[in-house]
Amino acid sequence: MNEWLDPLLLSRWQFGLTTVYHFLFVPLTIGLAFTVALFQTAWVRTDKAKYLQLTHFFGKIFLINFAMGVVTGIVQEFQFGMNWSDYSRFVGDVFGAPLAFEGITAFFLEATFIGLWIFGWDKLPRGLHLATIWLTTAGSIASAYFILAANAFMQNPVAFRINETRGRAELTSIGELLTNPIALASFPHTIFACFMVSSGLIISVAAWHLLRKQNEDTMRPALKLGMWMMVVSGALTTFFGDSLSLAMTAAQPMKMAAAEAMYKTATGAEASFSIFTLGTPDGVSELFSIRIPYLLSFLSTHTLNGTVEGIDNLQAQYVTLYGPGDYTPTIWITYWAFRWMIGLGIAHILVAVVGLWLTRNGGTPKATWVWKIAIWSFPFSLIAMSVGWVFTEMGRQPWLVFGLLRTQDGVSPNVSGVEILISLIAFTLIYGALAVVEFKLILQAVRKGPAPVAEPDPVSGKIKPQVTVY
Amino acid sequence: MELNILWFWIIGALFIGYFVLDGFDFGVGMSLPFLGKDDLDRRVIINTIGPVWDLNETWLIVAGAALFAAFPEWYATLFSGFYLALLVILLALILRGVSFEYRHQRPEAAWKKRFDLMIVIGSAVPALLWGVAFSNIVQGVQLDAGHNYIGSFFDLLNPYALLGGLTTLLLFFTHGVVFISLKTEGDIRLRAQKLAVRAGIVTIVVAASFLVWTTLEFGSLATGVFAGLAAVALIVSFLANLRGSEGWAFTLMAATIALAVLSLFASLFPDVMPASNDAANSLTIENASSTPYTLKVMSWTALFAMPVIFLYQGWTYWVLRKRVSRATVSAAVETAVH
Ligand code: HDD
Ligand code: HEM
Ligand code: HEM
Repeated sequence: MNEWLDPLLLSRWQFGLTTVYHFLFVPLTIGLAFTVALFQTAWVRTDKAKYLQLTHFFGKIFLINFAMGVVTGIVQEFQFGMNWSDYSRFVGDVFGAPLAFEGITAFFLEATFIGLWIFGWDKLPRGLHLATIWLTTAGSIASAYFILAANAFMQNPVAFRINETRGRAELTSIGELLTNPIALASFPHTIFACFMVSSGLIISVAAWHLLRKQNEDTMRPALKLGMWMMVVSGALTTFFGDSLSLAMTAAQPMKMAAAEAMYKTATGAEASFSIFTLGTPDGVSELFSIRIPYLLSFLSTHTLNGTVEGIDNLQAQYVTLYGPGDYTPTIWITYWAFRWMIGLGIAHILVAVVGLWLTRNGGTPKATWVWKIAIWSFPFSLIAMSVGWVFTEMGRQPWLVFGLLRTQDGVSPNVSGVEILISLIAFTLIYGALAVVEFKLILQAVRKGPAPVAEPDPVSGKIKPQVTVY
Repeated sequence: MELNILWFWIIGALFIGYFVLDGFDFGVGMSLPFLGKDDLDRRVIINTIGPVWDLNETWLIVAGAALFAAFPEWYATLFSGFYLALLVILLALILRGVSFEYRHQRPEAAWKKRFDLMIVIGSAVPALLWGVAFSNIVQGVQLDAGHNYIGSFFDLLNPYALLGGLTTLLLFFTHGVVFISLKTEGDIRLRAQKLAVRAGIVTIVVAASFLVWTTLEFGSLATGVFAGLAAVALIVSFLANLRGSEGWAFTLMAATIALAVLSLFASLFPDVMPASNDAANSLTIENASSTPYTLKVMSWTALFAMPVIFLYQGWTYWVLRKRVSRATVSAAVETAVH
């Protein structure tokens, strides 16, 4: 058969493409819902015009982005059945429940209250209207929890037994499923990473305006908030990233070995973390590298003289355990994705720290290059986020559910390569076109800056918010 | 009652929720070329569903996830079997969803026209294809022993299924037009009432033939009872509309759609996806469902969550109960954030 029409290969491309795409919008939704709620709370409590302006301004960017998260999310849910039907049959009894919980508890909440928030400015009392954006935020965070719990089952299957006659995994304890150690670590790591993305956006937007010396009354407080949020959520992301490393190494030692491209088992100082490596493209031999001794041991075991298993060793173990086969993920992807995630993340936390120092006591950096660097915060955080997921998902290969189901055994047996090629092309075209439209609309909104709001009512001293119509 | 039988009906209820609610969104979207004389009219029409379309669409997401969790085999067979049909539905829903949000972002007429067209297509295509898909499920499709669909995409486009598609298309269209008459004021409300009468006649003829076909060929007594009640509700809705009582017309349209979906589920029972080539390959409530433990967990969740959901969704519709008019929309456009 024509190699290009291999349903497995095409399904993998399609799933990777659509998921990474969905997850370009989701972090901003989760992060901005929270930040907009903060701005609106500040307005309700202080009645200051600038906070209302910021609520409307970032609220608009939030909504342009939100629509994309919603429409691409439906694709995600359908794809399990469409492209991975044998996978769905195998895990449905376990994996379906968190997905159903997500719909019932999180998506309903989010979709209902976002409608009320958009259209309720003149229909609800102030306090109640403020509650709607907080409920939307709660819904978005809850949805992340359930989907990450589902994903954690694929990384580290727990709370199941195998039913041989039905050929499937069956749930034995919902509590255990929802407290999978991987879920408990990846949830805070992901949520704070989402806050880094929204802080990144706020920093970028504010820096863009301040570079042009415009809208200083709103953009300065926005910049401050963005930088503080970045530092705090960056620290927490790093902290939970460390917990996640520990949990991940316990569940999938191969992934940690692949993250380091470490072929031989190492202990203590030898279990070093390489910041940068030049080697042969397959990663098998190394030409040049910068290494920090002990760090890998610390990340994987939280001790300085721990042992980190190497790829060769694990490969041999897996062959005895699971039968002949290649159990090694694509090393150059895992190696570089892991570094870019951490590197870009730390880089833009540093940008925020330096920014806080430069703007202390109301100071303003004169040099334009300072602002120009700050503008990169948003793309940096978004890329860090995406490569983090690429690492997680590609590092799990060749497994779909670790140790239980291989990716090749999960694909739909009855969907032809031609059909998947059609859908892959259709998604690529439509997603590409929408990305351009969305990007331009956000840029247009950013350029316009915060709109002025009405004068305060002379009697009550309160400002009337603007209403929305489609 | 066995939990998997309960979940069969819960899935039915979730699809009823989806078709009743997103059904009028589809109808509103499709009515743009008929009722939207100028941009302001079209904005009025879109704003009748602006705050709720996302919430209504979420019923599909919940129905899909519940299907996955309660009947993984059904979910896997259906979604992989109807691959291209679902792809087209997804693409249409994507276009519709972004268009609501993006249409008003720029003032140019050409920009708005493009998104208006996408709303119409994005509403009409799923309205048609959902009927086609469900009729095929009821009619039965070719399944192999592993429950995989072995027919082709074009097998799905048979006369019975196409009539089913036309039925949902027309039901949703009328439902949406009645909704507009319920939610607007002035001239547009009168025009919507008239259009609903004209559309109602065609809908009655098509829907009645579809329900008769279903009952005679695939139905049981229960199918016939629900189909009969659906037909009565549709006719009474039509009469209510003639007399200008929009509230009743709308409620009865909702009842029609609910009863029609019920009749389809009644004719499926106790199968979930009958195999037309060999009854031994059929997916049934028994061989498609999850374990009793998973179903128990889900039942408790649904029991506690659904009343809360009904409360806050009902409250939402109540908060938004005011009619939309040209005056309110143009006043809001003046001061709008966007
Ligand atoms: C702004 C984004 C960002 C930043 C700065 C970091 N991460 Fe991260 N990381 C993610 C965003 C992310 C993520 C949201 O993309 C992932 C993918 C899956 C997950 O749970 O979070 C992730 C996954 C992920 C995994 C894989 C988990 C698995 O496969 O089971 C590990 C081990 C780490 N991270 C560790 C770290 C460490 C030690 C960091 C800092 C020192 C770090 N991450 C910074
Ligand atoms: C949290 C819920 C998620 C679930 C349940 C999930 C599930 C899956 C499944 C079923 C596949 C297809 C099989 C495979 O090729 O391995 C896959 C692959 C993939 N996913 Fe995820 N995913 C999730 C989140 C994400 C996110 C947020 C991203 C990126 C932003 C992502 C990136 C990828 C990539 C790049 C692949 C392709 C890997 C490959 O084929 O080599 N995933 N995931
Ligand atoms: C492959 C796995 C995934 C599936 C099946 C999935 C499913 C969905 C669905 C169906 C929606 C639309 C909801 C609506 O209409 O309101 C959606 C949106 C959303 N998803 Fe995903 N999703 C996946 C990955 C993720 C991940 C990994 C996260 C978070 C960590 C996430 C968080 C969200 C959030 C917050 C929304 C709300 C709206 C928005 O994104 O703008 N999703 N997702």
